[in-house]
Parts: sequence; C-alpha cells; structure tokens
Amino acid sequence: MDNSIIRVETLHKSYVNGSNALHVLKGVDLDIRQGEMVSIMGSSGSGKSTLLNIIGILDNYDAGAYYLDGIKIEKMSETRAARFRNKYIGFVFQSFNLISFKNAMENVALPLYYQKVSRKKRNMIALEYLEKLGLREWAHHLPSELSGGQKQRVAIARSLISKPKVILADEPTGALDSVTSEEVMEILKEVNATGISIIIVTHENEIAAQTQRIIRLRDGIIESNEVNHNFSNEVSAGVLLEQR
Amino acid sequence: MFDKDRWQEIFIAIKQNKLRSVLTAFGVFWGIFMLVVMTGSGNGLVNGVTQGTANFASNSAFMWTQNTTKPYKGFRQGRWWNFNNRDMEIIRDQVPGVDVIAPRLQGWDVSQGENVHRGLRSGSFTVNGDYPAYNLIDPSEMIHGRFINEMDIHLRRKVCIIGERVYEVMFERGEDPVGQYMKVSGVYFQVVGVFRTLNPNIQLGSNKSESIYVPFTTMQQVYNYGDRVHYFGFTAKDGHSVAETAEQVMAVLKNNHSVAPDDNDAIGHFNVEEMVRTMTYLFLGINMLIWIVGIGTLIAGAVGISNIMVVVVKERTKEIGIQRAIGARPWTIVSQILTESVFLTTLAGFMGLSLGTLVLHGVDTALTHAQASMPADEQVFFTNPEIGVTMAVASLIILIITGLIAGLIPAQKAVRIKPIEALRHE
Repeated sequence: MDNSIIRVETLHKSYVNGSNALHVLKGVDLDIRQGEMVSIMGSSGSGKSTLLNIIGILDNYDAGAYYLDGIKIEKMSETRAARFRNKYIGFVFQSFNLISFKNAMENVALPLYYQKVSRKKRNMIALEYLEKLGLREWAHHLPSELSGGQKQRVAIARSLISKPKVILADEPTGALDSVTSEEVMEILKEVNATGISIIIVTHENEIAAQTQRIIRLRDGIIESNEVNHNFSNEVSAGVLLEQR
Repeated sequence: MFDKDRWQEIFIAIKQNKLRSVLTAFGVFWGIFMLVVMTGSGNGLVNGVTQGTANFASNSAFMWTQNTTKPYKGFRQGRWWNFNNRDMEIIRDQVPGVDVIAPRLQGWDVSQGENVHRGLRSGSFTVNGDYPAYNLIDPSEMIHGRFINEMDIHLRRKVCIIGERVYEVMFERGEDPVGQYMKVSGVYFQVVGVFRTLNPNIQLGSNKSESIYVPFTTMQQVYNYGDRVHYFGFTAKDGHSVAETAEQVMAVLKNNHSVAPDDNDAIGHFNVEEMVRTMTYLFLGINMLIWIVGIGTLIAGAVGISNIMVVVVKERTKEIGIQRAIGARPWTIVSQILTESVFLTTLAGFMGLSLGTLVLHGVDTALTHAQASMPADEQVFFTNPEIGVTMAVASLIILIITGLIAGLIPAQKAVRIKPIEALRHE
C-alpha cells in the first residue's frame, strides 16, 4: 500500500516494573492510510495509550516494526525523535497541555520555534491558524483566560502549524462538555478534509462513530477493525467560521 | 543567543518565585562578595607592607658583633669585640659574592639629650656615620641637596644630611637648609641635603626621619671611634645567594678576630632575602586561604542554585514534556536550563562583584583620609585594597563556569524526563 501513512507490524511492548513484566501490546498490526480518520477504542489497560505513544514516537517498542510515512521508526536518539515528531506528528491532548505563561499565539507558534523560524514569521503564521479556528481576537490571551473549547482549539492550531501528516488526539473531548466536544469534532473533521490523517483515542462511542474506521483494542491485541458505514464526511457547513 | 522565548521563560520562572530566586541567588552573591572583599583586603595588606619595603635591597644582609659564646685561642668566652675598617677591606678582597658593602656607625653616645643645636633651635636626634653605598641598600630620595658622596668620605668633610623630621625641627618651614650649619654633639656640620626614606616600614635601630647621616670617616675621626665599624650592610652579587655569602663573610670575620669558627652567636645578622622569601610565602598563604574560603563559599552558593534548579525542573516536568512532544530537542531543554542557571549565577555574582568593589572603594577612600591626617612617619600596613581587572574577569569566568556546573545536574534530569511520563504528570 503506497499511501499508507502509518504501518505497524506485530508490535510488542512490555513494561518492566521490578520483577514483573507487563505485556501491554501483544502483536498489533495496523495500517492507516493517508487522509484517514480513525478512532482507537478500548477500555483502560487495553494498551491504546501505549500504542498512541509509540505511534507518536514518545515511546519505544520491543519487537515488530513501525513505518511512519514509509520510514522505519526504530530506537533513535532523542534529537532525531524530536525532529520526526515536529515534522510528521501533531498532538492534541485531553488536558490541552498549553504552556501557561505563553499567550495563545505564542503557544501555537511554539513548534515553529523549534524549527528555528524567526519570531515575527512564526507569530504571523500562528495568527493565520488562529484566524482559521476563529480565535483571532483571543490571540493575546493566556490559556487561563480561555474556555475549555477555546483551549482545545488553540491546541489544535498548535498541532497544525508544523503541517504534520498525522494528528494524534488522545481523548481530545475528554475534558469538554457535549456541545464543545461536537465543535472540536467538527474542527477535526475539517482538518481531516484537508488530507491530514487523524487518529483519535477515545472511549466515547459518539466520538468514535464520527470516524471512518473504529479499531478496538482489548488486552493488547486488536479485537476488531471495522469500517464505519455510518461515517459522513460532510462538515456542517459554516459552523466554524460563524462561531463567535 | 538573545532569544525572546527563552528569556521569557527565565523571567517568568524567576518572577513566579521571587523570594526563592532571591534567596538562591544570595548564596552566589555572598560567595563572590566575600571573595572580592577578602582578595581586596589581602591585596591591601600586601600593598601596605611592600610599599614600605619594596625599595629596600632584597639581596642584602646586615651584621653586627655580639659577645662571644665560646672560648677560643686563649680568649675567654663572653668577650666583646668590634668590626673595624680592615675587616671591610678584607671582605671586599676575599668574598667574591659581595657586591656593595656599607659600614655604619651608630652614634649612641653622641645621640643623647639635646645633642643638636642651631641658633635657638635644638633637638635630640640619632647620628649615623655612613658611606654613599648605604643608599644602594636602603634607598632614600633627596628632598633637598644631595646624599653623602665619595669626596665627603675621602676628605672627611664635616657635612651632614638630615631626615625630614630633623628639618622640620631645626629649620623654618620652606627654608633652604643646604649650606646651613648645625652643631651636632658639639661639632659644627654643614647641611648638604634632606632625605626621605623610601622604606618607612624598615627601621634599623632608630627612626630614619629623626636621623642625621654624616660621612663615615668624618664620624670616626670627630667622635673618636677610631677604626671601629658598628655594623654593616652588604648586597650579594647576582647569582650569589645572600645566605651563602653571609656564611663566607662571617667566616672571614671570625678568622680575623680569633672568634671560634663554630661560635654562631658572636655575630648577629639579619638576612633581608630570607625575610622577603618568608613574606612572599606568607602572602601566598594568605592568598590561598582567601581563595579556598571564597571558592568554598561560592560552591555552597552554586549547590544552592543547583538545588533550586532541580526543583524548577521538577515543577516544569509537564511543560518540558509538552515541549518535547511538540518537537523540542533535548539540547533545547538543556540549554534552557543552563541559560537560566548561568543567568541567575552571573546576575547574582555581578551584584556581589559590584558591591564588593564598592565596599573596597569605600575602605580605600576612608584609609586615604585617615592617612592624610596621620603623622608623616606613621607606619602604614594597609593601603589600596583593590582587585585588578584580571581578578574581576577571572571571577566572572568562574561564575559562568559555576553556573554551568550548577545547571548540569538539573539539566540532565530535565532531559531524562520522558515526554510520556511528563504528560501523565498531572
């Protein structure tokens, strides 16, 4: 498959805790194509976070293989891993993880700072992204002055600014009420429509139902991997731009 | 280097914990402050002592006779003896290591009571008989006129040169003393100069500013000293050690006067070279002590900084995790922590350096004022407490290195944080 963006083959991972080894991933195979929007579901302890961490090059795996955009990701130096993360992957977290003393614009611009883009230029680009997400007038506010939904939108803007191939969203709506969750999902879908693959880890069925494919993990192996027939890729037009 | 994002983080970190930052920085501030003040004071001591002795010939020694302590060649022990003119000639002939030799007469018996008169003025001053060579060992500068010269010696001229204090007592302020006559212990001498010693911290028997020097030969004749030499100073030639030369000189003298060769107490002597060496080691010791204490204090301060940086890293674990997740390289994090540590250290140290210099300057000013109001011949053992530019630059470099070392452990800790663990850190 040429257009596979993430390919995982018989992935194994265990955590050693003292004398106990906890086998978390027991041979996971996964193939996510470019432009796909996939959800990974599973109860806690099923290994979904571990899988996401490995895909996000935040963690190493023990056996198997992982190809990101056709490049084999193996044990590598932190510097190289950081470069890969910066270039290929955007992260969206449940708890937003914005830097508290930087305003919205600076938070969004941060990934470009690590690419050594000049301050003026990266702030300009950050403003563009904030504009797209309807947060232009909040650019100079600190995270503490923003609502949950706004914070998550800032985080999405931050994940987008380095033009990644994949966005990894770990419970992106976990801390939001249903209305805001819906907004965030709309945004993610819109992002997906531009061709960026999105992987959402969630345990909410309503969220998973909005993705093209639902992968269920149980006890470290893939239980089911089915195409979601109810998926509709039409974005509720105009919702985004009219907000606030 | 100047990167707004990096400095923003540093300032935020410092501002959020003002008290903590100040207390931490105080350790380093105090370390450098102590180092500067102590080094400055040490320098003040060295300056004070060397300023009063620096011009004294450091390759010189002095000798005088003492009672013999051993019977020898039919002479009893406890015999009193004297050096004489012949000794000086023999030393010149037989001891090749001697460069200049300056015999002296110390006129104890002519220096009693009001021994000096001029018109209605009178005073009590010490009289010394000297050769021109004495000025090569214990140099003076001439305020008026000239030093004793070879013609004075040769012709046994009744001329004299006088110390500053003698001039003050015996002459009108501003009066030209050269050519004037003074009666010194009953004999008239013509004043040919006024000298000011360059080594006020070394006094040989009497206060030099209250002394009158007359030509050696004149003094022997006028005051009935015959061919006696009370004591003499000499310098060693380059390449000869003073101690060895002194041994040879003493051997010659003992031989001349039938003093037992192993009678070490028959000749008193004073080796300036050794004294200088002792002083040098003393100063070296003081300096080492200062640096040990200063560096020790500084290390204590650095440990404080290191400690607090570990806390800072711990507090920022999550932030660091986020930064790592969105592409910060380990080096970015390390340099961030190091910059913060170096910044804190250097800032604190710079303040310590400034305050220390200020304190030294204050002391210096106070000392200068105090000295101005002191009598001129007061001995001074503390002048110009200061640190040089080298010292300032060195301490700044030490600070930066200290900061780097202090930041190293925390920075390593920060890098070891795994992004996932940091992100779980709620």
